Amino acid sequence: MLINLALAYPELLLAVSALVLLVAGAFNPKATDVIGAFAVLSLAGAAAISAFGPHGVAFSGSLKADAAAGYAGVAIYLASAAAIPLGGNWFARKGAPAFEFPVLIVLAALGMGMMVSAGDLIALYIGIELQSLALYVLAAMYRDDLRASEAGLKYFVLGALSSGMLLYGSSLIYGFAGSTRFEDIAAAVHQGAHTGVLFGLIFLMCGLAFKVSAAPFHMWTPDVYEGAPTPVVGFFAGAPKLAAMVLFARVLYECFPGAISQWRQILIILGLTSIAVGAFAGLNQSNLKRLWAYSSIANVGYAILGLAAGTAEGVHAMLVFMVLYIVDVTGFFACLTALSRQGKAMETIEDMAGLFKEQPGIALAMTAFSLSALGLPPFSGFFAKYFVFKAAISLGDPMLTGAAIAGLVGSVVAAFYYLRLLRSMWFEAPTSATDKPPVDAKAIAIGAALFTFPVVLGALHLIDVQASLAAAAFGLK
Amino acid sequence: MLGILSLITYVPLIGVAVILALRFVGKADNPKTVDAAKWIALITTLATLALSVVLTARFDQANPGFQFVESLPWFAGLHYAMAVDGISVLFVLLTAFLMPICILASWKSIETRVLEYLIAFLILETLVIGVFCAMDLVLFYTFFEFGLVPMFLIIGIWGGKRRVYAAFKFFLYTLLGSVLMLAAILAMISVAHTSSIPELMAYKFAPGLQTWLWLAFFASFAVKMPMWPVHTWLPDAHVEAPTAGSVILAGILLKMGGYGFLRFSLPMFSEASAIFTPLVFALSAIAIVYTSLVAFRQTDIKKLIAYSSVAHMGFVTMGIFSGNAIGVQGAIFQMLSHGVISGALFLCVGVVYDRMHTREIAFYGGLVNRMPWYAAVFMLFTMGNVGLPGTSGFVGEIMTMTGAYHASTWTALVAATGVIFSAVYALSLYRRTVFGEMTNPALAAITDLDMREIIIFTPLILSTLYLGLQPGVVFQITQASVDHLVSAYHAFSGA
Repeated sequence: MLINLALAYPELLLAVSALVLLVAGAFNPKATDVIGAFAVLSLAGAAAISAFGPHGVAFSGSLKADAAAGYAGVAIYLASAAAIPLGGNWFARKGAPAFEFPVLIVLAALGMGMMVSAGDLIALYIGIELQSLALYVLAAMYRDDLRASEAGLKYFVLGALSSGMLLYGSSLIYGFAGSTRFEDIAAAVHQGAHTGVLFGLIFLMCGLAFKVSAAPFHMWTPDVYEGAPTPVVGFFAGAPKLAAMVLFARVLYECFPGAISQWRQILIILGLTSIAVGAFAGLNQSNLKRLWAYSSIANVGYAILGLAAGTAEGVHAMLVFMVLYIVDVTGFFACLTALSRQGKAMETIEDMAGLFKEQPGIALAMTAFSLSALGLPPFSGFFAKYFVFKAAISLGDPMLTGAAIAGLVGSVVAAFYYLRLLRSMWFEAPTSATDKPPVDAKAIAIGAALFTFPVVLGALHLIDVQASLAAAAFGLK
Repeated sequence: MLGILSLITYVPLIGVAVILALRFVGKADNPKTVDAAKWIALITTLATLALSVVLTARFDQANPGFQFVESLPWFAGLHYAMAVDGISVLFVLLTAFLMPICILASWKSIETRVLEYLIAFLILETLVIGVFCAMDLVLFYTFFEFGLVPMFLIIGIWGGKRRVYAAFKFFLYTLLGSVLMLAAILAMISVAHTSSIPELMAYKFAPGLQTWLWLAFFASFAVKMPMWPVHTWLPDAHVEAPTAGSVILAGILLKMGGYGFLRFSLPMFSEASAIFTPLVFALSAIAIVYTSLVAFRQTDIKKLIAYSSVAHMGFVTMGIFSGNAIGVQGAIFQMLSHGVISGALFLCVGVVYDRMHTREIAFYGGLVNRMPWYAAVFMLFTMGNVGLPGTSGFVGEIMTMTGAYHASTWTALVAATGVIFSAVYALSLYRRTVFGEMTNPALAAITDLDMREIIIFTPLILSTLYLGLQPGVVFQITQASVDHLVSAYHAFSGA
């Protein structure tokens, strides 16, 4: 097969710009703003190429530049670009400006870009590792904070464990199917491959479940979210989850379409467990970062239910869901980044007391994100859930329908903790004055809030159509 | 094309925008800003009322179908579709009618965060009118569900001592019912491949599926209504809500449940409705008798009226599921009449609460000595609540009972005892608060209704009497649509 470099332009652009920016930073470490600006530019460029670039398969099938990769790529690169000003300025305010921050974001975005276009097990693993290593460093980057270092270490150790599972699963699959390419694996499974392949699949799924923080592989999430710098959490709670979900879809639909009855049960259990853990474990949290960790576990559970449908409609639902969720979570953590009282970050529900009086704009934005995460119309989160549950119910499979109804009921349990946040912001009196929020964080927060409502009502036309095209790339009915 | 329905629905949002602009430009606590905001809210709601009157006047009474249809493609096959028929048009009018009254009722009693309060009410008005006009399932759900948020804030921010508890209970209770309805909505769209309400009314779901769908919708509407035994959120919400919040809650939000039964349960799940009619009858009869007795034992005026609302909603569900024209007409009439009367009763409570800041029945007594006008007004609405002929309360009760009599004699018989019980608790409340000697010295300085309160009560008094004496004006509007609904129901359900 010919090597068509044009298909890999987004990745190449990011790889080159990361290296160039790294060298530039080494020579001029003070120029964090310039490096950040160039990083944003290259991410925007990569997003544009992903959106409008050619489709095809390159590098002997390792890289698939199809509609799904394009769709996910655009979302991932834009979310990464938003993280750069948010995080860069946060580090600068903390007196620890670091030019490595934008470079690491670009590297992580590159890894995610590889994940969503992976066509064989090697590309899958390289993409995941590149992304994860960048994220481990990002989590621990604020060295003055013990909690951040702890978070980074925890993330790394547990992440390494999951990578081990991924590798072990991949090697089993390779061993029994005789190839690392997804298509060859699918053919082998179709011809009735050895049970060992299924063993490999299960290990692979465990590894991926860890990456998307689906229960019961979620244990790292609350600790890491709590410890890592807030803007960094906003980044890795969003885009990497989308990348891992798309990769999940690729593995399941492109390698193992023949084993759907086997993996569907696993997905339903993963999804339901995540929803239950996310809903119940969140009830007692007062730290908002931990709370949002549980919220993200529950939300990933919903996305997994969409995936479990095994239909184009299900993939479509998952793709729409994750993109809308990224905006939500980015915006929420931008709010947290923006808020402080006397220089101390406001991280607990109690800290938010009377926020509406102090910062009406941010309080409204946080209300929008909470209600959106709760799945209340007319916020984007409702439409996200609408697609997922519709895909799950329209399949007509009793088990999946039951799971969808249980998931909906789970969202009522979760509603309780979102309401606690609302209560704190709206019903209670402020304890002391908040500091003036930094402009960049506030702008991103308000922008994202306006997206959750009302921009989403118009944007859904576009997202819906693009996600349909992307879902069609998986060749399902 | 967008038309008058969208205009009515979104006019309140114009008021919201103006108040928001005031909020961010001027100082929120400045008395001038607050006054301006109140006037803006009042004018907006009055404009909505004027438009609704125009809508009702232009409504073609002979047409049983949907009118003023608007439809724009949304996304994923959904539509932004609005329309009204004889069943919904009067609820739009009722909402628009009660809203200016609510704004006026809050004129003095709300002192903190007035701008936000007004915004919450205006948003609520948009959402409630949207519920009655929406002709797409998802659009309906959007309006229906988001209505929780402004009400949650109204109870939680401006409510009484246990406001947080009441707000959470209200929200979670209703949400649980709603998500089951959402599951049913998704199943309906998946099976019928349309989300258009008129199309779904013509679609025939398989009987087994109907049962599940009916139950899911029932879960939502029964909580909203509220029916016994899922009514327990209502007394809490009412007691803690500010006066205008109670008026909206009893006057309009509860009606969304009854409207839902008429719009969804009967026409779309006719067979299941026929099967579950005995269940609804039983729950309605229990609600009427049981909550009337509970109401009698209350020591808090608002709680008493809240329980009486549950009892009156029992008549509504009974009338709806009687499945005949007179019962359904009566149910619609009862909802409209209850919207006016219960709203007025909560306002009556508000009048004394604003003055004395307590709702304990035992605190009051002998009010007639100091407040003759108030006593007269309160008397009228108490009689309306009891269902005295000549007031609107009578028409709804007699018609729903007649309708139920055709369907189930026993239910009508039990419900009829509820009329006696309602007289017991309502008259005893009146006797204990208004009549007798004024023994509590704290009451000595209490003043009678002022001009603002008289202005508030006048339209309510007039409409109670007018509807009581001329109920035909309502039936002319509802007749065609109800006949259509009932004949379709009988054709489908085979009853």
